[in-house]
Formats: sequence, structure tokens, C-alpha cells
Amino acid sequence: MDFSFSEEQTLIKNAVEKFIQNDYDFETRNKIIAGDEGFDRAIWKQFADLGWLGISFPEEVGGFGGSAVETNIVMEAFGAGMVVEPFLATVVLGGNAIALGGTEAQKQEVLASVISGDTLLALAYGEAQSRFDLADVKTSAEKSGDQYVLNGEKTVVFGGAWADKVVVSARTSGDQRSEQGVTLFLVDAKAAGVTVNAYKSMDGARMANIALDNVSVSADAIVGTLDEGFGLLDQVVDHGISALCAEALGSMNSVYEKTLAYVKTREQFGVAIGSFQVIQHRLVDMFMAVESSRSMGIMVALKLGSSDVVERKKSVSAAKVYIGDNARYCAQEAVQLHGGIGVTEELDIGHYFRRLTLFCGAFGSTDYHLSRFADLGE
Amino acid sequence: MNIDYTNEELEFQQEVRSWFKNNLPADLKRKNQIGETLSKEDMVEWQKTLNSAGYLVVSWPKEHGGPDWTATQRYIFDSERAAAGAPVGLSMGIIMLGPVLMAFGTQEQKDRYLPRIKNCDDWWCQGYSEPGAGSDLASLKTQAVLDGDEYVINGTKIWTTYAHHANHCFCLVRTDNDCKIQAGISFILIDMEAPGIEIRPIVSIDGEHHLNQVFFDNVRVPKENLIGQEGQGWTIAKYLLTHERTTIAGVADSKLNLLNLKEIARTQIANGAPLIEDPQLRLKIASEEIKLLALEYTNFRTLADTAAGRAPGPESSLLKVKGTETQQALSELAVEMAGYYAYLWKADETAGPAEFLHATERYNFLRAATIYGGSTEVQKNVVAKMLLGLR
Repeated sequence: MDFSFSEEQTLIKNAVEKFIQNDYDFETRNKIIAGDEGFDRAIWKQFADLGWLGISFPEEVGGFGGSAVETNIVMEAFGAGMVVEPFLATVVLGGNAIALGGTEAQKQEVLASVISGDTLLALAYGEAQSRFDLADVKTSAEKSGDQYVLNGEKTVVFGGAWADKVVVSARTSGDQRSEQGVTLFLVDAKAAGVTVNAYKSMDGARMANIALDNVSVSADAIVGTLDEGFGLLDQVVDHGISALCAEALGSMNSVYEKTLAYVKTREQFGVAIGSFQVIQHRLVDMFMAVESSRSMGIMVALKLGSSDVVERKKSVSAAKVYIGDNARYCAQEAVQLHGGIGVTEELDIGHYFRRLTLFCGAFGSTDYHLSRFADLGE
Repeated sequence: MNIDYTNEELEFQQEVRSWFKNNLPADLKRKNQIGETLSKEDMVEWQKTLNSAGYLVVSWPKEHGGPDWTATQRYIFDSERAAAGAPVGLSMGIIMLGPVLMAFGTQEQKDRYLPRIKNCDDWWCQGYSEPGAGSDLASLKTQAVLDGDEYVINGTKIWTTYAHHANHCFCLVRTDNDCKIQAGISFILIDMEAPGIEIRPIVSIDGEHHLNQVFFDNVRVPKENLIGQEGQGWTIAKYLLTHERTTIAGVADSKLNLLNLKEIARTQIANGAPLIEDPQLRLKIASEEIKLLALEYTNFRTLADTAAGRAPGPESSLLKVKGTETQQALSELAVEMAGYYAYLWKADETAGPAEFLHATERYNFLRAATIYGGSTEVQKNVVAKMLLGLR
């Protein structure tokens, strides 16, 4: 039993944290999200040069060969910096769909280009009616000769505004809500019939609804197995949850540390407000929330690769429930303990608050995952 | 980064597991599982069984008869103990006094008391709290005045668990009234048979007699019963707080408790179906299971830190606060699941399912968990001082 990082992991951690500290401060981030594109391509290239985009991919395609532990090290630091560049969408979601289910050709072609920073990906699984149910897929893919023709609309796609290629879930057979008959396709965002309706998200990043109107792709575009895409999609989304839990943890730790620093210096009634017991206990509660969540972050990173699907899903849901509850709690407490300044656009606390609020609903709310955990039984 | 035990640790786990399987008396297991209060004889006999296998003073070093286990081995042992359904050992002599004697006692004191603790010849109780000194322990007033070769003790101690079973008491007493209050406290051993001691039972809300108030009226204690120096008592009491507390969260016991609750939920019927099919109850159980998982991993992290020789920080407070919250929540869930059986009071098995016979008693008793051993609020004060860098 050992929870320490290896030498290589420590190097990565130090490098990402140093980058956030020196090159991605609050002001820089504000400029990035105020820009037309909403993220910084030069910074993305820097991620590529530093090797972070290949951190979890196999060495055969030029990756680092890491696991969820490495991914989460990066994501936690990104959470501290509230990074908007599409690491989750490109590397964790789109990239893992290819890495876990793609053909050799897809891996060689797409992953190498992701690792070099030249291709951005997204995973388009949600639809207007589906909410958190990954099997509820109306978007159709009908076979026509040796092509598949896709029709439908995918909603609220992370990184959808920027993606060059999108992994899309579509129905090739079965009922609208059946797991059987879901297939994943790799679709070029510039292909004829694809309309990307981009918009801002609350944390300043960009996302999109993606409409597919008679979009024609070849059978080579199938990621994984025809009709059997649900298991892969489920697994990829679980990777997304684990990574996002780490990101939330980074943000939670930041708001805790910033709140701690604030109550030490903010004076009222002639003394630092941190001298009041009512404030002290609330800080301790935040600290406990962060540390207990960290335990869950470690747990899910270690269980994510489990070949036992039930164990993997239970671990992921447990982490999402626990960290979700505590993320909301820390975000609310940080605003409250900062007082008036905590509700302003000017201070970073409110931006962490937004980000953590989004986390709570991403890939399934706390209620959704609590039910999933209970339904998975022993 | 990994959560795996080594091969040696897995072997050790098997060894301990099979020992409990073969040596835990069925009746003791039953009582422990359903939460029946154990008699003094139950406890002493079980301690002696543990000792005969070398499984009693597991935290002690070899020179005093301990097994010299690693922190991880001790954790595995306690997990297997709980999973087997065996009661947690008595802590006062082994976990509290033993380490104090080893660190602060004279050779003569060690030779005299340690073997008797190990062999269960003595039952020790702890005289810390007083009616006016609970969380503010340093304000304690029980006086010890030197008169020739003896201290004369006057005052009272309260919440003294099992004082009525004990033949010895280790006490914090005031030997100096003219200095900073902490500096006037001394640590002394008192023979419970000495003249002038009166024990009054306190029945707690589980209807049981675990607690007592102890009165000292001119009780004469030989000078050589002082541990360390006069005025060193507070340092000694704090020394125990820095000791490894990797089982303080009670994770293993709560895991068994949760397992039992799930089993009950599968077998008890409500609204024509097993209780577990009640959608709200299912989610409540799931929610506690998730919290327990977080606690277990926090516990693992503390254990790994201890094993790597890192000094404990605020984690033991965190484990105590969160661990007792979970214990209380599970006991509350049991009462809720018991429905009308929650009315049963000291009932026998003809009245209802064995699982519910003591559910309410256990729930009542566990309200003390967030009060004893440093209340949740005091734990938070301690952590806040560390976080904020206050003195």
C-alpha cells in the first residue's frame, strides 16, 4: 500500500503546477475566455510540447503510457487554474474513445495528431431528451451501400465548438433507449451536413450543439463494434468522470486555500475573522471535505482500469456522488466566508464557484449516480 | 501508487483470519453482533484468549511482550477482528497506560504494571474528566497533596468507564495551584481498593451501566505511584494524542455493521416486499456506503503515511470526527429500519428479530461517540489551530 507518486509522476505534477502558477493566472485566463475563440492555441501547443496531451495514451502511438493517476495529476492542477483548454474533451473523452475502442488505423491517425496538438476532439453523446442516459439515442445512422448516413442533433457537447473530429453516438438498431444498437462514429466536424452551433458555458469555455443532416461516413469511421458501442461509451464517460473529479478536487483545494488565507487577513470588529470559532469550524469542515474527497479521487483513479465493470462503475459513481456533494459544499462555503466580495465577477472565488457548480451535474447528477451505485448492488 | 497488500501481508491476513474463525466463541460473536452488553467475565476471558495467541498487546514493542507488528499489520489485524465479529479489546491498560509507562515510567513501574496489563491481571480505568472539567480538561480540580511518603487525594472524577470493574485507576490530579493550570497537573496511579474511594454508577441512555462517578475522600496513595515528575501530567496526557490512531475511525466495524444492515434489509419485509426495495431506504444505505468508502480510503492514506514514518497531522481528528459520524448514522439507520421493533427495550428473542433487539440501545449509546475522546467540537478546535497556525 503506497499512495505516493513515482518520480515521473512527481515531475509531471510539479511541471503542471508550475505552469498554472506562472503562465495561467486568473488574469491570463480572463483574457483567454474573453477572446473570440475562447481558448489559447499557443497554450495548447505548449501542452503538446510538454507531453501532457499524450500522458495517458499507449507508447506505440507516441504516448506516455500512463494511467488515470497521471491524467488526474494533470486534471487536478488544471482545476486549480480553471483551465478552459479542451483537455477533457480531446484527450480524456474523444481520445479515450479511440484509445480504448478504435482500430489500429484510427489510433495511428487520430491519436498521434492529438498528441502533437494538431487535432482537437469531442465526444457527442447527449441529446435533448437523453439527459444522463447514455443509451437514449435518437440520432440515427442508416446503412446506405458501404456508407452510413447520420441524422439527428447532439446537445451540450464539451469542447464541441473547437473540435476537428467528433465521436458521435448514433443508433444503428434497437429501440431508442436500448443499450444494444448504439454505435460510435468518428465524424469530421467540417463534413457536409454537420452544423456546429457554438455557445459559451457558464465557466467561460465554449461548447456546442451539433446537428447532423444526412452526414455520410464510411464503415471505417465506426469506433469500436457496430451496435455494441454502449459499453465503450459508458467506459469512456467513466474516464471522463474520474478526470473531472480530479479537476473538481483541484478547484476545491484552491477555494479552501484561498478562503483560509482570506480569513487570516480579513479584519472585522478589530480582529481577523479567522479568530472566530464559528469561522474556524467551517474552515475545518471545508478542509475535511477536501481531504475526504481527495481519498475518493485516489480511489477512483486506482479502480478505473478494473476489468470488473461493476466494480469500475460503482467506484466511479461513488466518487461522483461524494466529490459532487463536497464540491458544492466547498464552493458555497467559500463564497459565504468571503462575504460580499465572494459574489463578485472581480474575484476568482466566484469563478471557481461556477466551475464547481457545473461539475455537480456533469455526466450525471449526484442523485443519478447515487441511484446507479445502489442499483449495481453488492 | 497502489492499494495492494504485499504477499507477506496477505499471508498474515490469512493467518489472523483463520485464527479468529477458530477461536472466537460463538456466543461472544452473537452478543457483539446484535449489540448486547458484554459482562466483565466475557471481556476478561476473551482478552486472555487473545493474549494466549499473542494477539492482545499488539501495539507494544517486543521487549514488553508485543509482536512488533508494522502499522499495516495492526490495521489488518483490527480489520480481521471486526470482520470476524469479535469485540474491540479494552483499551485503557493496553492503549492508554501501557505507552505512558513505557515512555515516562521508572523501570520498577514498568516491571510492576506492564506484565499485569498484558496478562489481564489488572483492569485499569481512566480518571480524566470531572464535573467541571470536560472539554476544558486542564481546569481539573482533584487535588493531590504530598503528606510524608504519600499523596492525599481529594475530589471527584466522572464518566469513568468501567470503574466498577477496575482495580486500578490512572488519574490526572492537581499538585500545584500556583502556576499555569496545565503545569500544575500530575499523572498518578490509584488503587481502587484504597479506603476513601466511592463509586456511584451512572446509567446511560442505552439503559446500561458503563459509566461512573468516582469520589476521592482523603485517599492515600504512595509517592512512588507518581508517573514522571510532578507537573508533567499534561505533557503525558498530550503524548497519547500523538500516538498512532489508524483504527480510531472504526472503519472495519462500520463495514460489518453496514453488511449486517444490508442483510436485514434483504430479509425484512415492508409493503409486501423486502425492505431493500424501498427506494428511499436503498439510497440512504447507498449514501452511507459511499461515505464509508471515503473514510476507508482516508484511513488507508493515514496508514500509508504512518508506515512511511511520517508524523500524524490533523488526520486523526478527521478520522475521529468522520468515523463517529458514520457510526452514528448507521445506528440511526438500524433504528429506522427496525420500525416498531425500535420500541423493544432489553427484550429477549421471543419479542422480535434478533437484529433489532438492541438497535435502539446501540443508537442511544453511540450518541456518546461524538462526545468522548475529544468531542467533535474540540477536535475541530484542534484542527483549526493547526490550519490557521494559531497558538
